[in-house]
Amino acid sequence: MNVKFINPFLEGTVSVIKTMAFVEPRAGKPFLKRDSAAHGDVSGIIGLTGAAVGSVALSFSSGAILRIVSNMLGEEIKDMNGDIKDAVGELTNMVSGAARKRLEAEGYSIMAAIPTVVSGSKHSITHVLGGPSIIIPFEIDTGPFVIDVCLSEPGKR
Amino acid sequence: MQKDMKILIVDDFATMRKVIRNLLKQVGYENILEAEDGVSALRVLKAQKVDLIISDWNMPNMTGFELLKAVRADADLGKTPFLMVTAEALQDNVVAAVKAGVSNYIVKPFTAEVLNEKISKIMEKLLTP
Repeated sequence: MNVKFINPFLEGTVSVIKTMAFVEPRAGKPFLKRDSAAHGDVSGIIGLTGAAVGSVALSFSSGAILRIVSNMLGEEIKDMNGDIKDAVGELTNMVSGAARKRLEAEGYSIMAAIPTVVSGSKHSITHVLGGPSIIIPFEIDTGPFVIDVCLSEPGKR
Repeated sequence: MQKDMKILIVDDFATMRKVIRNLLKQVGYENILEAEDGVSALRVLKAQKVDLIISDWNMPNMTGFELLKAVRADADLGKTPFLMVTAEALQDNVVAAVKAGVSNYIVKPFTAEVLNEKISKIMEKLLTP
């Protein structure tokens, strides 16, 4: 995977979470992931096509997403309800949009599909390209979340 | 700025409608209606006068772009200010929306201040002869 694809997603994630949930996530060291296990309790996954093809997933621990959605809505959310799934889909959409805007500035025009949301403590992430993917871990005070990027330039895989 | 104006939020994600409603409340707008897609938005618009439409672009049934075209083509609704919300600012989409008569657009995520600024600009333009 072209490392140029990583930073836009890192920056996009920080920008979206900071603007929507008023918390600044701390990014950890990216690492390679070879299996399909999700690093979280709920994930939004979105397919991308164009100058880069593949998929990107945002996986949140319940602690992290409950705080993020509570802050987004201005009310305390205590359960992993429909609001949470809704918000994860929307956050995935926004992070993808923010990253694609940055990639477009570097000459990569990328289109996105509609995100899907999967939940459960042992759910898996099935990337369009099958994997491996790069994980960028983040942390907020109430728990971790990750962005899981599996992208390739057409013909360069 | 008329803070009592009636604003219609159109978004298929209930969470995003709540988020936008909260942001509007933060900057003093309380008279807010909601619709979950373009089709239900048109129903609301036909039933009552709305001063501003804030619509997401990507929605099932009828997209925000299709809603914009339908509003602009309608003799009664044609001049209703229309703020388009997108998750991206792809040049082609912006050009298409401007050609179709969008009043302004805003890229998600956004703060209450940015939203307020966009609304102010739309309303100022409306008052300029």
